[in-house]
Amino acid sequence: MVPSTNDSQSMNWHRSEASRWLDKGFIGVTGFFGIAVALVLLAIALRVSIDAFPAIQKFGLGFITTSRWNPVENLYGAWPQVYGTIVTSFIALLIAVPIGVGVALFLSEDFLSPRIQRPIVFLVELLAAIPSVVFGLWGIFVLIPLLTPIGKWFHETLGWIPLFNTVPVGPGIYVAGLVLSIMILPIIAAISRDALVAVPLELRQAAYGLGATRWETIFQVILPAAFSGIVGGVMLALGRAMGETMAVTMVIGNANVASPSILAQGSTVSSLLANQFAEASGLQISSLMYAALILFGLTLIVNILAELLVRSVRLKL
Amino acid sequence: MTPNLQTARQTETVFRTENLNIYYGNFLAVKDVSIKIPKHCITAFIGPSGCGKSTVLRCFNRLNDLIKSFHIDGKIYYHDQDLYSSEIDPVEVRRQVGMVFQKPNPFPKSIYDNIAFGPRLLGYKGDMDVLVERSLKQAALWDEVKDKLKESGTAISGGQQQRLCIARAVAVQPDVILMDEPCSALDPISTLKIEDLLQELKEQYTIIIVTHNMQQASRASDFTAFFNVQANDKGQRTGYVVEYDRTEVIFQNPMQEATREYVSGRFG
Repeated sequence: MVPSTNDSQSMNWHRSEASRWLDKGFIGVTGFFGIAVALVLLAIALRVSIDAFPAIQKFGLGFITTSRWNPVENLYGAWPQVYGTIVTSFIALLIAVPIGVGVALFLSEDFLSPRIQRPIVFLVELLAAIPSVVFGLWGIFVLIPLLTPIGKWFHETLGWIPLFNTVPVGPGIYVAGLVLSIMILPIIAAISRDALVAVPLELRQAAYGLGATRWETIFQVILPAAFSGIVGGVMLALGRAMGETMAVTMVIGNANVASPSILAQGSTVSSLLANQFAEASGLQISSLMYAALILFGLTLIVNILAELLVRSVRLKL
Repeated sequence: MTPNLQTARQTETVFRTENLNIYYGNFLAVKDVSIKIPKHCITAFIGPSGCGKSTVLRCFNRLNDLIKSFHIDGKIYYHDQDLYSSEIDPVEVRRQVGMVFQKPNPFPKSIYDNIAFGPRLLGYKGDMDVLVERSLKQAALWDEVKDKLKESGTAISGGQQQRLCIARAVAVQPDVILMDEPCSALDPISTLKIEDLLQELKEQYTIIIVTHNMQQASRASDFTAFFNVQANDKGQRTGYVVEYDRTEVIFQNPMQEATREYVSGRFG
């Protein structure tokens, strides 16, 4: 059918030059920002590496295995900090992953009516918005007085286990781990919940249709289907735990030792950086940069391992 | 099989509904359904969209229980047991009344694990390999997937996925298989394969199938229920059964004018 003259006058099938230009411009701008973010990361890594170079040259890999921090003789090693970073993060994950995934499950299934569920989801996410210095203060004034007697009890009854063989004096690795676990809990809960909610209703119905109970459906269908999303959330949380500075510095005690006891004081790479950078100079700055580079490397390794884990599970499924 | 035996078998009733009304909250979704589903037959539910075919279907395995506002009055009997009595565990019902859904929904697991999922839930102790092979053969899928049982059930074609879902339902050796528009997302060739499959499956299972495709109902089913929908003065649309009879009666010589118009394609 031939359109009437009226219609063909009111329609314009040609796109204006401006509209085409806008499309191209948009692609260009988003591309620029995308590459810029990657470049910022590379630039930081490069700068830290260059500044760390004198320390790398002097101490080599021995930097990671020795525990001295001696500005007088200019001898540095960051083993206690690397150890403290790994142990505090591990404690945090050990506590936060089961609770976080549990919270996510509770808030993604229909256990609660939406009217109660929505405010709780909001409150859990709000936990992530509390500044870390507030967590640190809370750790010092609330958590430490609360935990010290419990720590003492562990030391007195289970002191023969290396894990508890030092007397708790207030701040310590276990306090830092606990504070971290609370800080990363909302990240794990929120991201896991998104992953669980995204599992298609059809899969749920398929499982119920085969006579699976609610728990069988959750553990055998929904959790596996959401696995990669949950791992993603855990990794993001682990990155936060390893990099968290303020709260940890306030409650860990900042002792330059790597004790097997979680009741002992310790330090992490980030608490070391926060404590030392102000009065550092020369090789000490370079050593701090080296420690920062190691932290960088640790997070990188964690992310690569997570990616491999997700892939291997996906292949198996 | 002698005609007599055939008749005897067909008079055995698997499901019987009596004045079944289905509600979501205060909303009456389907009203006054009184039908009998005969054993080892294919019963088709046809009718326009929104007439409650799927809603009724999902009462038979109590899948509607997952919707909080859902409730019924009237009765549904499953082999003379009151299906909605408080002593009945819906999970046990679903183990005997399998379901195949409109959209193929294999689990994101291997083909093998998809089939083994149900039997494992039921603590199946026999040889799982044998059961998987038998189930896939029953669903006419074995030859196509026997070399890739470890591959993901979501990586095969839509038609194969739907037959995988049928094999998964068959693997727990249910009494009844409910099918909710199983071919609506499939191409014509896959559709024909599944229709052929239905004829084989009905030797062992009672099948209820919801379909929008009237050729499918007339080709594949033994009994047909025609559903329609009417709106009340508040604009709420309630489904009901217009006519339920042998498929050839519904399609060739229906009692109701509405049925005649629908099956001849004049409305709906």
